[in-house]
Formats: sequence, C-alpha cells, structure tokens
Amino acid sequence: MTLQGSNLALRFGRTVALDGADVTISPGEIVAVMGPSGSGKSTLLHVLAGILRPEHGEVRLDAQRIDNLPDSRRSKLRLRSFGFVLQFGDLVPELSLRENVALPLRLLGTPRAEARRRAAELLGHLAVAELADRRPGQVSGGEGQRAAVARALAHRPSVIFADEPTGALDSAAGEVVLDALTGLARQEGSAVVMVTHEARVAAYADRTVFLRDGRVAA
Amino acid sequence: MSVSRILLGLLEPRSQHGYVLRRRYDEWFGNSRPLKSAQVYATLGRLDRDGLIDLTGVASGVGPDRRVYAITEAGVGELDRWLDEPEVPEVTASRRVLFAKVLIALSSGRPAEPMLDRQRQAHLARMREMRVQRQSGDLLGQLDADFEMYHLDADLKWIDGAVARLARLAALVSRVDNPQKESR
Repeated sequence: MTLQGSNLALRFGRTVALDGADVTISPGEIVAVMGPSGSGKSTLLHVLAGILRPEHGEVRLDAQRIDNLPDSRRSKLRLRSFGFVLQFGDLVPELSLRENVALPLRLLGTPRAEARRRAAELLGHLAVAELADRRPGQVSGGEGQRAAVARALAHRPSVIFADEPTGALDSAAGEVVLDALTGLARQEGSAVVMVTHEARVAAYADRTVFLRDGRVAA
Repeated sequence: MSVSRILLGLLEPRSQHGYVLRRRYDEWFGNSRPLKSAQVYATLGRLDRDGLIDLTGVASGVGPDRRVYAITEAGVGELDRWLDEPEVPEVTASRRVLFAKVLIALSSGRPAEPMLDRQRQAHLARMREMRVQRQSGDLLGQLDADFEMYHLDADLKWIDGAVARLARLAALVSRVDNPQKESR
C-alpha cells in the first residue's frame, strides 16, 4: 500500500513543527527521515502514522484518506495496517516477549495458538527464541528491541514506523536490530519509515528524506 | 594511498613480477581504485631507481610484467620507516573541494544550502553502497567499507555543521568581499 502525506502542516502553540511537508512511501520501501533537532522528523512520523492530525494537508493510505477519520477508526487502522518500533521498545513489562509479540495479533482476533506460533517464528528469526518466556525487564536492551521489531512485524503491517529504533543501543546491538528490522520487512513486504539522526542507520534505507524547518529539503 | 610503499611491502616476503603484485594489490586494496598496469611498472621503475628494489631476473615469456623484482636492504628500511610513522591526519580531497565550493557559492551570491543538501544525498547514497558491501563482503571488504563509512559520516557531520552556520559564514564572506561596508 502507498502511504502519502501531502502539504502537511502542524503547529504546537507558536512552534511550527510541519510547514508543508510532502512525502510518499511506496509499498515495501524503506525510507529514512533525517534532519536537525526540531525539524519535524518525529511529528511527520506521528502524522503519517495517524497518531497526530495535521492542521493542513492530508494523509492517504492508497485511496483512503486517513487523517480525518474518527479516533476509533484511526486506532483500528493503526492496529491493522501499521507497526511501531520506538526508541525504548515500549514492550508491556508484565508480559513475556512471546506475549508481547503475539499481542497485536490477539487484538486483531487471531486465535491464541496461531498468534503464539507466529510470535515464536519471529522471535526465532530475530535470534531471541530462547528468551520468549522472559519479561522485558529480564533481557538486555538489544534483545528487547529485537522483540519490539518482532512485535511490529507480527501482523504483517503495510508500514512499520520506527522512531530512533537504535537510539538506546550500542552500535553492535543496533546493527543486529537494523539488520533484523530491514531484512524481515523486505522479506515480508512491509514498508519502513525510520526517523534517525545517524547516517549509518539511514544507510539501511532505500532513500533518505531530509527535513528542515518542517519541510522536505531534499 | 601510498602505492609505492604498498608494493614494497608486497615484495618483502618474496620476489615477484609486476603482474602478481598488481593482482595482490587489487585483491586487497582495489575496491576504491584498482591499479593500472602502467602505474605498477612506473612505480616499480622508480623504486628500482631509488635503490629500494632490485631487478633480479626475467621470467620466461614476454612483456614488462615478467621482470622479477626483490626488495633491497634499503627497501626494508624504508618499509620499516613507513610502517612505524603515524599518518598525518588528512582532510579528504572531497571535503576540501566542498569547503571551497561553499565559500565560492557564498562569495558569488549563490545559495549554498541546496548544494550541501545535494551533497548530503550523494554521501548518503555512497553510505548505502558501503553498507551493502559491508553486509555481503568478507572480512577485508567489511573493514574497507567500515573505513569509508566512518569517513562519510564525518563528512556528513561537517555538512550539517556548515548548513547550521551558513548565515554567519555568508556574513563573514560578505565582509571580506566588501571591506568598505565594514569601515563605513
């Protein structure tokens, strides 16, 4: 599915976060979003993902306009079509890694056994299968982040949004996570929109969108 | 890259002719810039002239690459010196050109920001190539790619720093170009 944001604008009080940003994410494409602090990177990601509504402009997933959907429909769309990897994983601390990965599937109504099978498959791909029964607090940051990648991929979303996915990891652990995220996304046909301030992370993408002052500079 | 010192180093373990040296060089170092035959023969000629290698024979067959060279004692001394001496940290040629382009653009009243944005994309594209090489290459290929990636990363940081200072830089260039303005 093609995700397209057109002429996106959004302010927080008097601060202009987006000021006419245009971006198109093709199916299966991996796109890095870079730019100085305050250039609107994370805001763009949140607007494209339907978490924030733009004041101007629109976001479409294929033909469907999604920015003006009611909150409940946007939530359902996010659950069904999008996956998320955040800087600190944001796994549910009370659940095991396996349960965390199976969670989006269970919320979408996938039978328990099938969700567990898919979770085990992904945790295996990410080389953390042996940690499946541990909770996030019992594994390293890199291992937790790999589980977060597995969770983002579990329901085969159209687009995965990653905000500084390796920001809290050292470079070796970061590479493992990026290899897994981009490798599995390519394998499964999910597009990835990845905010980063590191060129070495952006090098995993097919192209880089550079933001300045809320607009796409290059 | 000091081709002559590398060829000297490749000659030290055993006498070789130019063809073998070139093949070995390209295998290890040719990713960024493979050697041309003429460059090998010219370099070997200079090393011979400087007494760092000796022509020790000619293998059967025809062509200049059949001449077999061996490192001399002076050559070993020079190789020791080259290996022992730290390299002067060098600003890459491309970054020097970039620095010049920024100043020339500003002093001629052209916008430097789009130029730097394009350069950033060119650097990022090269970074992607190096990442692919790093992923698919053997250990030597990985180290080679790492080396270039870290340097590209440094260039990219410089580009970001330059963009952040463009207004101040433009003011500085303007003052240099129009000193009367300053004194009025």
